[in-house]
This record gives sequence, structure tokens and C-alpha cells, in this order.
Amino acid sequence: MADTAPTLRTLRTPLGRVRGLGAAKGGTHHWWMQRVTSIALLPLTLWLVFSLAGMPDSTWQEVTSWIGRPFNAVLLLAFLAAAFHHTAAGLQVVIEDYLRPELARMGAILAVKGACALLWLAATLAVLRIAV
Amino acid sequence: MSKITDAREAVMVGRRSDGSLVRRPLSPHLQAYDMLQLTSALSIAHRITGVVWSLGLAFLVWWLVAAAAGEAPFGKAQWFFGSFLGVLGLMGLTAAAWYHTLAGLRHLWWDSGRGFDLPTTYLTGRAVLIGTGALTALTWLMLLIAWI
Repeated sequence: MADTAPTLRTLRTPLGRVRGLGAAKGGTHHWWMQRVTSIALLPLTLWLVFSLAGMPDSTWQEVTSWIGRPFNAVLLLAFLAAAFHHTAAGLQVVIEDYLRPELARMGAILAVKGACALLWLAATLAVLRIAV
Repeated sequence: MSKITDAREAVMVGRRSDGSLVRRPLSPHLQAYDMLQLTSALSIAHRITGVVWSLGLAFLVWWLVAAAAGEAPFGKAQWFFGSFLGVLGLMGLTAAAWYHTLAGLRHLWWDSGRGFDLPTTYLTGRAVLIGTGALTALTWLMLLIAWI
């Protein structure tokens, strides 16, 4: 037992040494929400891709009446919410993996989250404007 | 710490939380991987297709906003998606979307603690590739039938 116990050449506790070095806040929730949104996106993506593949030469009237149908509008809104949450979370991980400087990293993450939020709102407003 | 003479030593340079150097194995990074192995290639492709999907989402937003804006803006969007570049982009996007979906399914399977042994990993990896090809072909077959 004495052989396997780690030796610490410092009086500071392990907790004290890692405090303030990042993470250990919402990591598990971030990871879990990425899985939850990915599960939601499985049926939604199948529905959306095959629906869009079925209307390549639709007119504006046909497309807006398709988006305006409550069933399609609800699924579109659900897809957009799940997809943008998943995208923001995924791009954040990519940035965290490759961008080291703290300021650039935080700036890039905030920019990605801002862009995702705005694009999501724009698409959601578009669907609602057509459907309502 | 002595001078590094063996390239493999590069993955043995760790840092303690107080900043001092320590010789211990790090989790292997690019220098330790053969990137052309099926396993690592699929892992890298999953990340790339995820980023590509974000571009695809931007195009979806454009399409929806154009539809909400009126007939003329929608016509412009439809013209782009129907152009040579648009069709090429959409084809690539379809393949990326199906790849990321199927590889994501594989990741969910791994998250449940299953399928980690090598034969299964290669089997599911090949299934993802074949599935991507099949679903992409099916999507564009549907599109062409609806188009004609």
C-alpha cells in the first residue's frame, strides 16, 4: 500500500493546486447535452433530409405551405433548436482542443456561440413568420 | 530532464499542475498515430464532417429566411442550390450529414460501454462507410426522381 500511494512534495493539497485551472464546472452537463441533442437529431435529421430531397424543384408557394403546416413547422423548430445547441457545443470542443491562448480561445467560443444564437433566432423567426 | 534522442520521448514530457516538468506518458497525439488507419481516419472525419454540418446549417438558415422574405429572395436561393456549385455543395453536404449521423450513432453505442474491441470497431467503422454511401445514394435517387 505504501508503494502505490502518491507522494506529494508540497504542503498544498491536490484540490488547492488544481483550483482555478479550469473545467470541473459544467463539463458533464456539456457532454450529456451533446448526447441528448444527438439522440433528438437522429429522427429529426432523417425526416428533414428526406423531406428536402423530395422537393428539389418546388415553387415558393409549395415550399412555404410545406413549412407552414403545423407538423412540419414544429419539427423544423425542434430540429433548429437541437441542431444549433449541438453545433455550438461541438464547435466549442473543437476550439478548446486547438486554440490555446486564453483570450483568443474565449473570444472564439463567444463568437461561435453568438453566431449560433443569432442564426438559430433568424431561422426560428423565419419558420414562425411563415407558419403563424 | 535530459535531451530527447528518441522521437517517442516527445510523448513522455508531462507537466505537473504546478508547472514543473515530469517524465510520464501523455495521451498520444498526432505524432503517435498512423492517420491512415481506419479507426483514426474515421475519428478525424467525424470532427471534419461536424464542422462541415455547421456550414450546412448556415445554408439551411439562408433557405428558410429567404422563404420567409418572399418569392424573389427565395428564387435567388433556389437558383444557387440548383446551380452546378450548389448541387456539388449539397451532394458533399449530404454525404457529410449522413456520415456524421452514422458515426454519431457509433459514438452513442460506444458511450453505452459497448463495441470497444478491435474486430467490432473495424466492423462498425466499415458499416458507417457503407451506410454513408448507401444513404447518400438513396437521398439523391429520391431527389432525382422528384426532380424529373
